[in-house]
This record gives sequence, C-alpha cells and structure tokens, in this order.
Amino acid sequence: MAMPGRVAAIVWKDLLIEVRTKASFHSMLAFSALVLFVFSFAIGPDTPLLRRIAAGLLWVAIVFTGLLSLSRTYQSEEAAGGLEGLRMAPGDPRFIYLGKLAGNLLLLLALEVVLFPAAAVLFQIEMLPHALPLAGIALLGTLGISTAGTFYAALTLHLRAREIMLPLLLIPALVPPLLGAVNATQLVLDGNPFGDAALWVRLLVAYDVVFFVVCTWLFPLAVED
Amino acid sequence: MGRGASFIGWPGALALVVMAVGSFIGLFVVGADVEMGEVQRLMYVHVPAAWTAFVAFFAVFIGSVLYLVQRDERADRVAASAAEVGVVFISLTLATGMLWGKPTWGVWWTWDPRLTTTALLLAVFVGYLAVRGFADDPERRARWSAIVGILGFVQVPIVYLSVVWWRSIHQPPSSPRSVSSDILGTWMLNFAAFLLVFAWLTARRARAARLEAELETRMAYD
Repeated sequence: MAMPGRVAAIVWKDLLIEVRTKASFHSMLAFSALVLFVFSFAIGPDTPLLRRIAAGLLWVAIVFTGLLSLSRTYQSEEAAGGLEGLRMAPGDPRFIYLGKLAGNLLLLLALEVVLFPAAAVLFQIEMLPHALPLAGIALLGTLGISTAGTFYAALTLHLRAREIMLPLLLIPALVPPLLGAVNATQLVLDGNPFGDAALWVRLLVAYDVVFFVVCTWLFPLAVED
Repeated sequence: MGRGASFIGWPGALALVVMAVGSFIGLFVVGADVEMGEVQRLMYVHVPAAWTAFVAFFAVFIGSVLYLVQRDERADRVAASAAEVGVVFISLTLATGMLWGKPTWGVWWTWDPRLTTTALLLAVFVGYLAVRGFADDPERRARWSAIVGILGFVQVPIVYLSVVWWRSIHQPPSSPRSVSSDILGTWMLNFAAFLLVFAWLTARRARAARLEAELETRMAYD
C-alpha cells in the first residue's frame, strides 16, 4: 500500500474506534467545558473582563484538552503490541505519524466546533460574523498543536513518568502557536482594526510548516527499536 | 597524587586566571556607568553568561546531530554534559538579569522577549535533562534526548520571533558600536573566561559520564 493509503487506513481505524467507543471525545468535551468554567470562577463573574481575555481562555482550554487527548494518541496501539506491528510494516514508518497527526487534528477540530460556540455563549461574544477567519485560525493553531503534540507523544511513549514528560516538553514548544492563535483570535473578535491578525497568521503558518517538516523527518528516529 | 595536575587541568587553571583578571577589571578598573552606576557591573557577568549559555545550547544541538548521524556515545555524552553546564549558565543569566532589573527597571521580572525566550530556553534544557533522567536504556536515552536537543534548538528562533511580536521593552541588543570599547573588552575577556569554564566543566562531566557508563557495563557483567 502506498503512503496515502496507509495514512488513510490509520485515520479510518482510529476514527472508527472513536465513533464506536466515544472514549476520547466525550471526556475531552466535558474536560474543556470544565476548564472554561474553572477560569471563569477563578477570575470572577466580570463579563467585560472575561470577554477581553476570552481568546486566551479558549486557547488554554484547547491546549490543556489537547494534552489530555495527545497523551492517548498511541494508547490504542499499546495492547497486543500494535505499534511494533505497524513499525514492522515494510517501508517508511512515517505513515504512523501522519495518520495519528490527522486523527488528533480531526478530534481537536471536532471539539472546537462545540467549544467556540460554547465560549461565545459563556462570555457573550459575537462570533458568527467572524466565523470564517476564526475557522482558519482554529485550523492553523490546531494543526500546530497536533503536529508538535503527536510527535512528542511518540517520543515520551516509553519514558517513565510520561504523564508529566509530555507537558514538560510540549508546553514550551507550543508557545508560538498559542501566541499566534490567541492574538489572531482576539484581533479578529475585536474587528481586526489595524489588520494585525495577518502577522499572527503568518507566524502560525511558519510554525506549522517548520514543525511539520522537522517532526516528519525525525519521526522514524523517535520510534525505532 | 600523581594525577593532581590532570585534576585541575590546564583549561581549568587558565579559566581561573582569566576569570580572576576579568572580574578584577570589571569590578575595579572599568568606570561605573554614567547613568546606571555600580549596578551596571553585573553586566560583566550577565552578558558573557548569556553568550556562553547560547554556545552551550548550540553544543547540545551539534552533539545531538552527531549522535544521530554517527551513533557515537561520545557525542551523546558531550551533548548531555553541555546541557548540564548550560543550565548553570542560563540560570546565572536569569539571576543576574533579575538582580539588575530590580534597581534599573524597578521590577524583578518583565515579559520582555529576550527574558521570556531565555526562561523558555531553560525549560527546554530542563526537559532535555528530564528525558535523560526518565529513560532507562542508554541507547534510547541518547536517541530520545538528541531529538529533544534538535527540536529545542529549531524552536528557539520561532519562539523568539513570536515573543518579540508579543511585546518588547528590552533595550536593543548591545552591539560593539553601542557600547564603549573598554566595556566590550571586559565582556570579551569574561566571555573567554566563561567559555573556558564551560569547556572545562563539560569535559570533566563527559569524563564522569564515560566512567559511569563503564561502571554500568562492568556491573552488568559481574
């Protein structure tokens, strides 16, 4: 099977498992909603203040929920040595990374389809007029999170204390996409008066490209043996 | 005590001498800053320490690439040792920066791009060392930490760029034209001293790592 077919097979298998068990999506949804709530409780019921920092709260909720789901990226392969089986498939092992990356991206995007409207309601923000640019920013930001996250999840898979090692390595690496996504989202919500959102979108694109290339290139080294 | 000479070693002795001279000049010979006064002397530690930390980070990157290409354990040991010594220098950079920032800017900490990037660099170094601490098998430990070393290095420019856009109040980086020649000379002297200290500590640490590895192998066979 060629590379695209293999990638599609992984994505299809993982999505099928997810659709049938709904193991990840429901817990992610509940968790991310709770993160939004906890922030609101911690900051207080000051709606104008919450609205001003809504983009930050939203993306922190996405990053935390992402950490939760990313750490489970390879869980379905651990029983019965699934990852070893995949790795022993002849040819380039990068299809594992690309497939898992696509799966994580789809799962997080599905979450955001619910989370963005939820934030709009909770913080009383008008999102509908900006739906298209927001969708683009969400896609680029989530791609960055998934690209780095899927890679570091593979790298920390066999480490002791991996629950703490994934955030320890991933969060510093996620500073650029977080800054890019938060600022672009906030600017778009404010009507993007000076057109500055484009600068942050460029940062997101640059990060996504660099990390995608480097992570795809290094992936075989992360999972060899 | 026949090994006394190699215990200190000539780079160590040289580092000691250069550091003593550099500190003396920085403290007593160069005049106090016109605007900022005596506190500005901290810069004779801060700036060379920062430069040395970046050299250390680059050494980790080179060692990591070399390890992945050649699978030579020596490259891994040098990278790991440079990372440990790098943590010392980057902590020194942050500590002296804070001590300088309080009287100068009025705050210990500010979200300035270079400050923030330096703190994140420390986090990457710590992550690198944590990976080494949590991996059991020596080959895997070397391979995984080398990947972290490379990715950490690659992300620094992007992190820096993103934080610059985010906010900036730091003075523009000092260039040879923006500082007087005696300040620059003292920086260069102290940079040379710190580089020697860095090289010496890294070599000592790498040697200790080699002995540790030998001991591990011997214990495994006994």
